[in-house]
Amino acid sequence: MLYFARRFISLIVTLVVVSMIVFVLFQIIPGDPALTILGMDADEAQLAALRAQLGTDQPLINRYADWGRGILKGDAGQSLRFSMPVTSLIKSRLPVTLLLSIMALVMAVAIAIPLGVIAARSHGKWSDYVISIVTQLGMAIPSFWMGIILILIFGVRLQWFRAGGYVPWSDSPIDSIKSLFLPAVAIAIPVIATIVRYLRTTVIEQLKLDYVRTAYSKGLSKKNIVYRHVLKNSLIPVITVMGMIIASVLGGSLVIEQVFALPGIGRLLVSSISYRDFYLVQGMVMYIAVAIIMINFLVDVIYKFLDPRIKLR
Amino acid sequence: MDKKISVVLIIALLMTLALAGCGGSPSEPAEIETPDNSQTPVAEEPVSQDGGNIVMVVEQDIDYLDPHLAAASGTEEILFNIFEGLMHPDSTGAVYPAVAESYDISDDGLTYTFTLREGIKFHNGEPVTIEDVKYTMDRIMGTETGTPLRSELANVASVETPDDSTIVFTLNQRDSAFLSNLYYAKIVPKTNEENFNTFPIGTGPFKFAEYLPEQRVVIEKFEDYWQEGVPHLDQVEFRIIPDREAALLSLQLGEIDMFPRLPIDRVAELGEGFKTIEGSSNMVQLMPMNNNVEPFDDIRVRQAVNYAVDVDEIIEAVAFGYGRKLGSNMSPVMAKYYKEGLENTYDYDPDKAIELLTEAGYPDGFDLTITIPSNYQFHVDTGQVIFQQLANVGIDVEIELVEWGVWLERVYQGREYQATIIAFTGKLDAYKVLNKYISTDRTNFFNFENAEVDELMAAAAQELDDEAAVEMYKRVQEIITENAPAVYIMDPEFSIAMKENISGYVLYPMYAQDMSTVYFE
Repeated sequence: MLYFARRFISLIVTLVVVSMIVFVLFQIIPGDPALTILGMDADEAQLAALRAQLGTDQPLINRYADWGRGILKGDAGQSLRFSMPVTSLIKSRLPVTLLLSIMALVMAVAIAIPLGVIAARSHGKWSDYVISIVTQLGMAIPSFWMGIILILIFGVRLQWFRAGGYVPWSDSPIDSIKSLFLPAVAIAIPVIATIVRYLRTTVIEQLKLDYVRTAYSKGLSKKNIVYRHVLKNSLIPVITVMGMIIASVLGGSLVIEQVFALPGIGRLLVSSISYRDFYLVQGMVMYIAVAIIMINFLVDVIYKFLDPRIKLR
Repeated sequence: MDKKISVVLIIALLMTLALAGCGGSPSEPAEIETPDNSQTPVAEEPVSQDGGNIVMVVEQDIDYLDPHLAAASGTEEILFNIFEGLMHPDSTGAVYPAVAESYDISDDGLTYTFTLREGIKFHNGEPVTIEDVKYTMDRIMGTETGTPLRSELANVASVETPDDSTIVFTLNQRDSAFLSNLYYAKIVPKTNEENFNTFPIGTGPFKFAEYLPEQRVVIEKFEDYWQEGVPHLDQVEFRIIPDREAALLSLQLGEIDMFPRLPIDRVAELGEGFKTIEGSSNMVQLMPMNNNVEPFDDIRVRQAVNYAVDVDEIIEAVAFGYGRKLGSNMSPVMAKYYKEGLENTYDYDPDKAIELLTEAGYPDGFDLTITIPSNYQFHVDTGQVIFQQLANVGIDVEIELVEWGVWLERVYQGREYQATIIAFTGKLDAYKVLNKYISTDRTNFFNFENAEVDELMAAAAQELDDEAAVEMYKRVQEIITENAPAVYIMDPEFSIAMKENISGYVLYPMYAQDMSTVYFE
């Protein structure tokens, strides 16, 4: 119980700190939302009307206070640019980013774990070297570039997948997954490479430990030892990395959404920063912070599953 | 032990399903209500004069659906199809009566009387009444609120409706731009007051159907449009794709039918099945120099920079030869107002430049920062060429790339800069093109001051004799060229690329995508 209370307090503290950082950054960067929304062709009357309507003629500290009061009442405010509630804008974008991140993660885990074990088992053999070289490449290639190459090969040349754009789940679930497949691959590749290398090292280390020797002397097969005993122990550090990886998958999806023109949180975040949409940025940063904290929480819980000796404190 | 792993897997699976479900549930996407839930149109359309759907790519999202609040050129070109004012522009840039059937101007040029077009309807089927027209004008002028929404009607003293088909405007002073300004006073029904920015209603050839922020704006054919025979298309989707490469790919794959403002050098990449229409963009690309800041407060330095910059080379290097060379702040597209011959005033002459710099006290040149908005690759490329050219006369250029929002605030509004590179989009009226050179104008970020220009502009605005006004605008262009507040570079040419079976597209000298005349062969 104490564990949950502690987690909850740290969540609140993190959110307050994060929102203050956004506030301070907005203080530092120049740019007038009304001017950015209306552009060079706006006349004075339009600018004045919009500034008054947006409340951007107020100092930012007042707007931050307004925002804080709103949040306590469960109201994240209105987007300056879209004149829509921040929450409904985020809700409309969240499914895309979530689905994309989950597809990328599922892909990564499904491919990386067997591959990592294979690399470890064939330690020192040619297949180990091949996997090492390929994963080295996978880690080195930036995902946005990978995205462009995937579009060129599978979207333009072969035309197996869409080259960009998003089909909503409600239109057609299959097309929806198809439209997210290439971006998910682009995000997954560096993640797979990281997990494989991590897992390979830990499995090799574990294989040298006493309990493995004991298992061998009990007459268990190598396959049995690796999958039933070693893998589980090796996964604990991998899970730690996974927590960080999930955060980087979220980050990666922000970049990839630009490349594939997907209407997710990432595109909204980038455009709302350039439009100085204070409330919308605050809202999205809050969502992302909550997501990251929840993931870390989940990682802790999974530790407990994998190794009952670990206590949640 | 296996059991525990499978528990983890099952949890993961359940989470996947639960989250995937989020996408499918009707959990209110921020979608503005649409009359029907139409799917993205497919590429195959019947070959006929009428009917069919078109997807046109646009680079930027719209700012407002409310036509009186909208200001961005990118919004203007879409709303062009939905709304009309009493007057509406044609493809030459002149205005014709639209919601009005006819008009009459008094001899003193101060009273404009419009007769409402008989039988004209809004998209919701209601007839346009003189109250709606009056309401529109009052809304823009802020008659009730005290704060006008736009300044196009600032010169109007009073609006009266003597009977239910007549509206009379009385002006404070004569105003040659008044008729074309009425285009911006787009007529809206009072009954739609609540939904101006969510579900706009106008009188144009297409009616609004759907807007998804950062994704698309969809418009549909208006069956009761007052002009016979148009529009031909059933539906037009403006799909928002900010990334040019992604947009080009979508066009090649057939997901998009039309691509406005494609740089001409990219046309070759299109391949089979496309055609293009080439045209000037009625833009003025230029390098403004801050006339208040050293060393540009000295006219000799500004002229020296003009001599040192080889515009022909820029057009060749940046626009691959597809650009009209300019000498002042007017594109040749504005044929009536364009002053010919100015483009050769400062022919490339580095020796002359050095001479002028020496006279001005900068024999060894000076350090110059050119601030360029980073989102316009075209201007950034231009900056690179100018960097080289100015180095030849000893001017040491540093290019500073800034975000668009920063540029607007610091350079355009704050006037804190030495030099910058930008382009002005086309306007219907010469006054709106040249007013930024009036010394008191808010958009005079050159800090240009010339008494004769101020006088000429004031006189031209009130001049009802068109020819006399044109002469004044031409003289203004000359003065601007002589005083060199900027280096005038080019009006870049561009292509509108479209599928081969699309016809009827008409180019406008302003930001307008008139889809009413477009049809499938």
